[in-house]
Amino acid sequence: MLEIKNLHARIAEDGTEILRGIDLVVKPGEVHAIMGPNGSGKSTLSYILAGKDDYEVTEGDIVYNGQSLLDLAPDERAAAGVFLAFQYPIEIPGVATMTFLKTALNAQRKARGEDELSTPEFMKRVKEKSAELQITMDMLKRPLNVGFSGGEKKRAEILQMALLQPSLCVLDETDSGLDIDALKVVSDGVNRLRGPDRSFVVITHYQRLLDHIVPDVVHVLSKGRIVKTGGPELALELEQKGYADFVDAAA
Amino acid sequence: MAAVQETIDRVRSIDVDQYKYGFITDIESEKAPKGLNEDIIRFISAKKNEPEWMLEWRLEAYRRWLTMTEPTWARVEYPKIDFNDIYYYAAPKSAPGPKSLDEVDPELLRTYEKLGIPLREQEILAGVEPKSRVAVDAVFDSVSVVTTFKEELKKAGVIFCSISEALREHPELVRKYIGSVVPVTDNFYATLNSAVFTDGSFVYVPEGVRCPMELSTYFRINEKNTGQFERTLIIAEKGAYVSYLEGCTAPQRDENQLHAAVVELIALDDAEIKYSTVQNWFPGDKEGKGGIYNFVTKRGDCRGKNSKISWTQVETGSAITWKYPSCILRGDNSRGEFYSIAVSNGYQQIDSGTKMIHLGKNTSSRIISKGISAGKSQNTYRGLVSAHRKASNARNFTQCDSLLIGQDCGAHTVPYIESKNATAVFEHEATTSKISDDQMFYCQQRGLSDEEAVALIVNGFVKDVIQQLPMEFAVEAQKLISISLEGSVG
Repeated sequence: MLEIKNLHARIAEDGTEILRGIDLVVKPGEVHAIMGPNGSGKSTLSYILAGKDDYEVTEGDIVYNGQSLLDLAPDERAAAGVFLAFQYPIEIPGVATMTFLKTALNAQRKARGEDELSTPEFMKRVKEKSAELQITMDMLKRPLNVGFSGGEKKRAEILQMALLQPSLCVLDETDSGLDIDALKVVSDGVNRLRGPDRSFVVITHYQRLLDHIVPDVVHVLSKGRIVKTGGPELALELEQKGYADFVDAAA
Repeated sequence: MAAVQETIDRVRSIDVDQYKYGFITDIESEKAPKGLNEDIIRFISAKKNEPEWMLEWRLEAYRRWLTMTEPTWARVEYPKIDFNDIYYYAAPKSAPGPKSLDEVDPELLRTYEKLGIPLREQEILAGVEPKSRVAVDAVFDSVSVVTTFKEELKKAGVIFCSISEALREHPELVRKYIGSVVPVTDNFYATLNSAVFTDGSFVYVPEGVRCPMELSTYFRINEKNTGQFERTLIIAEKGAYVSYLEGCTAPQRDENQLHAAVVELIALDDAEIKYSTVQNWFPGDKEGKGGIYNFVTKRGDCRGKNSKISWTQVETGSAITWKYPSCILRGDNSRGEFYSIAVSNGYQQIDSGTKMIHLGKNTSSRIISKGISAGKSQNTYRGLVSAHRKASNARNFTQCDSLLIGQDCGAHTVPYIESKNATAVFEHEATTSKISDDQMFYCQQRGLSDEEAVALIVNGFVKDVIQQLPMEFAVEAQKLISISLEGSVG
């Protein structure tokens, strides 16, 4: 279970305050959507969950399965089950996607005290998950994210998620840069991972992603605070009225 | 994939800043008196029972050297070297020359065992397929202590021995080729080497022979205050092929030591020479104290038509590296290649690159250089590509990539291009990048530690060059690179 308690955070470099007291509880099996206008702090929240050191938590805590994440380095959080699907996945030149997948998977297994996966077992898993996401073996031989189209990048993110089997998945604007067909493939990939032991925090601007990944709870983030919480219908309301009403409410 | 994992394991298993080859072998050695003069040169020549012409050649070089001044154009800085404060000859007392393995001092055998160099012919390199064998010439300070697989190579007609032995056994071959690629007067260090060179390897592959195994020389500096002046000469006759690898290490000492080598390669018609280097001389300590000055002249002459010479280097050691393995593309349709990974960390300084001199028609060359700088190091690529008037249709492709790790290091690219022929086509691409915080964070988010992330990203960066190394050494090189970058993050 994820509990975010009165979380305040700022940009480490210049002290700009971004999050101004966020409270959020995500139970196992739940999908929470976080919506909000540009600059409301959505992406910052995802980075802070993953432990990016560009940000400084000044107050509050993030507790995951009884343990404060703030004390953990990003790789330790990953081993603890936190996964961030990046809005802009990073290129790693010269490193084949397949190599990256295996290195990451084994690093996490090692950190958890598990044995490395044998190559045949690893290949079996990769082939299965790749097929579901319409990822070809050829693409897996290419360097990670280098020259990938927008859709390929997002599918590669979901492939990593499917292989690493995290318990908390944070999706940062996974719908951006996707056409309708790609959106469907990616959403199906996410939905396949839904289960009683896995929580999702889905960050998005638009309702359209939530047509495919139907959330249990929707939050509206504005100026670093959650200003409204509701069910899936809240997303529809936002789609019709825009964010203006909520932004004003927060001011 | 396995190599990446191996790199990571290796990085994990060692301490920061450990130069694992820094031990000293306690062995009695015989040295020439310190300093340099004509008597010292006579001493060296006499020690090696050289023919008279060789001594004359050396003395002539020495006299020439006295009139020369040290080059200062490289982007490296170091205190002036006192050439009279160096021992020019040091040899383990028990091993005056190459002999059979049974006669080699056990202490020396233990040293090479510790270095992971197989000298017993039934042994193989650690982690290598049982079938692949490598012949080794082991040079310890100023002498070659043993050369393996000589008999088997002889059956194929290949001569592989120390240059001292070659001077005694095959003087006509040495005389014909030595100094024909790097003239005695070439440059300050090459001229010094010509005067005082002590040992190195000699390879002769006769017409039409494909050398049946990898050849390698392993250079070890052990003695204090001793310079190592290696001389290597490789000749591939018409249609011959040979792949050769050199490795180098030295103990961890506070003072700087000089290694001034000359390597000459000659490829005749349709011949091919592949020369690989894994250079891991002691780089100096964390404060930049000690380390080897590696001032080396390496040049290959594609003398025959359709000949090919390929240099691959992985440079991780030495306090200062000054080295430009080059190709003279004399024969029509000849080809030169230079693949380089130069890693600098701590206070290391590297000024390295290549020269591709296109003289013949339809000659081609390819340069792939990957520089990685970390710590407070400076890493310069310096390269010349030139086309002579008659070099019609000369082609070159150059790619220079630099990767910076941290804020205090520097990467520099200095390409020179000269074309006197209108049909020549030279292409140059250069990039400089940093391991970005975003890349690090991305990898860490997927579960990789700092060091695993750097190892992975660097492995990706150098991949094109690693692929050029003989397979037996690719994994080794990859490990070495990771170790050299130990402690460069955070």
